Amino acid sequence: MGKMSVNLCGIELDNPVIPASGTFGFGYEFADIYDINCLGTFSFKGTTKDPRFGNPTPRIAECTAGMINAVGLQNPGVEKVISTELPKLAKCFDKKVMANVSGFSVEDYAYTCEKLDKIDQVGWLEVNVSCPNVHGGGMSFGTSPEAAAEVTRAVKAVTTKPVILKLSPNVTDIVAIAKACEEAGADGISLINTLLGMRIDLKTKKPVIANKMGGFSGPAIFPLAVRMVYQVANAVKVPVIGMGGVSTAEDVIEMMLAGATAVEVGAANLVNPYACKDIIDNLPKVMEKYRIDNLSDIIGGAN
Amino acid sequence: MKQSLFTVTQNEHLTESVMKMRLQGDTSAITAPGQFINITIDGLFLRRPISVFDRDEEAVTIIYKIVGKGTEKMSEMPAGTVLDVLTGLGNGYDMTVAGEKPLLIGGGVGVPPMYMLAKELKKMGKDVSVILGFNTQSEIFCEQDFKDLGCNVTVTTADGSYGVKGFVTAGMDIDYTYFYTCGPEPMLKSVYAKAVTGGQFSFEERMGCGFGACMGCSCKTVTGYKRICKDGPVLRKEEILWEK
Repeated sequence: MGKMSVNLCGIELDNPVIPASGTFGFGYEFADIYDINCLGTFSFKGTTKDPRFGNPTPRIAECTAGMINAVGLQNPGVEKVISTELPKLAKCFDKKVMANVSGFSVEDYAYTCEKLDKIDQVGWLEVNVSCPNVHGGGMSFGTSPEAAAEVTRAVKAVTTKPVILKLSPNVTDIVAIAKACEEAGADGISLINTLLGMRIDLKTKKPVIANKMGGFSGPAIFPLAVRMVYQVANAVKVPVIGMGGVSTAEDVIEMMLAGATAVEVGAANLVNPYACKDIIDNLPKVMEKYRIDNLSDIIGGAN
Repeated sequence: MKQSLFTVTQNEHLTESVMKMRLQGDTSAITAPGQFINITIDGLFLRRPISVFDRDEEAVTIIYKIVGKGTEKMSEMPAGTVLDVLTGLGNGYDMTVAGEKPLLIGGGVGVPPMYMLAKELKKMGKDVSVILGFNTQSEIFCEQDFKDLGCNVTVTTADGSYGVKGFVTAGMDIDYTYFYTCGPEPMLKSVYAKAVTGGQFSFEERMGCGFGACMGCSCKTVTGYKRICKDGPVLRKEEILWEK
């Protein structure tokens, strides 16, 4: 085990850095500019049972220290992800990848996860019950403990791979939802997805985004994410993946001190395509500065 | 795509709201006219995508309109400012199908990408015609640059204050083998309706990353979903769907 390695639900990662779903496609845009095998793993583009175009454009709005997106789960559907995207990814990524799954019904989630369960390349299933950008689905499963637990049970029934529930911060009590997922059999919890936000254009006096609202991400949400990761990590026994505004090696360490076993990096990839590589390259230096011998030792250290 | 540092060596007004900036640095990733660069601006989260006006071995030149916070900040950058820039983004125009008499149609800030295209087509020995569309005389820029390349230049103004009165389509009744265009969407639609040959259109959209990762700028086409930043910004006439 290297100094940066961590164990995520039984699979060892060389380092805890994971590009977050929706900011890394299926990897090859980034493989063109650096060897993505340096990553711990990455979470691929949110995949649904059927192909989806997503929301109308504009889908993006800039904010102070962040951005809003309302892409709406554009993806080619699970069949095509398996037949086209994953073979392409295999050519540039040797490690297990994290499959990110969304759905509009409990059956949808189970269908897509069952398909991905059969793929050797897939190490973990990250089940997104927190997308704020699709109506009648996604986030609605992540805003009630019962619904989140139901999705968890349905997915656990069709897979032997570790199941990680990705939670929404747009709730009153994220700890209750995390605990419900754990009780229903979740092998891990990842948080936070984006915060529901909105911008209005002063020139047109209308919302910037066609969908009106979207998910706010970026460095501005980091303190909120650290707080929620801390609360959830203290309430559950399963590993927690921390995310939300992470953009530096220092942020990774802070997330781990809050209780994260691994750390996802999202919006930062979109403004600096080398963000994850830079973080991984910087980690040893920052560990030395703060006298950290092994990253796995600091998980939950802030307690 | 390449990420590298560029130094502003020139940043001057062409009109009241349109500026020309020369950025010195590694231009090797810029391989086709119609591509764009994506610039980090201090204090703003997202980069600003701007089309390439021209490039040589030492520098890339862009022409941009001051429309918001990002371009306002750019307009105040003195020579010597160092910027983090992604270069070589987008597919660019395909010049192999131009024929002998290509027609280039640019409207407003859709004019700049036409310059590098015209220059490359002239190098290939083509008889290049250019239509430059503006609202009014005071907004005209770059007319002389295209004339210096040896292009046949028509300028149209919506109010008739200079050149041919009307929109760019008023200059399209000429003989051409293929066309290339860039400009506001209503203009692109009129060009699409009036054109008598095949052609290529450059589109604009609000972008997240600019290099194909976020799906922020997707559009539907005859041949499937395309990302304006990565699979575009140039689309062929036959693949365009105008529905929004």
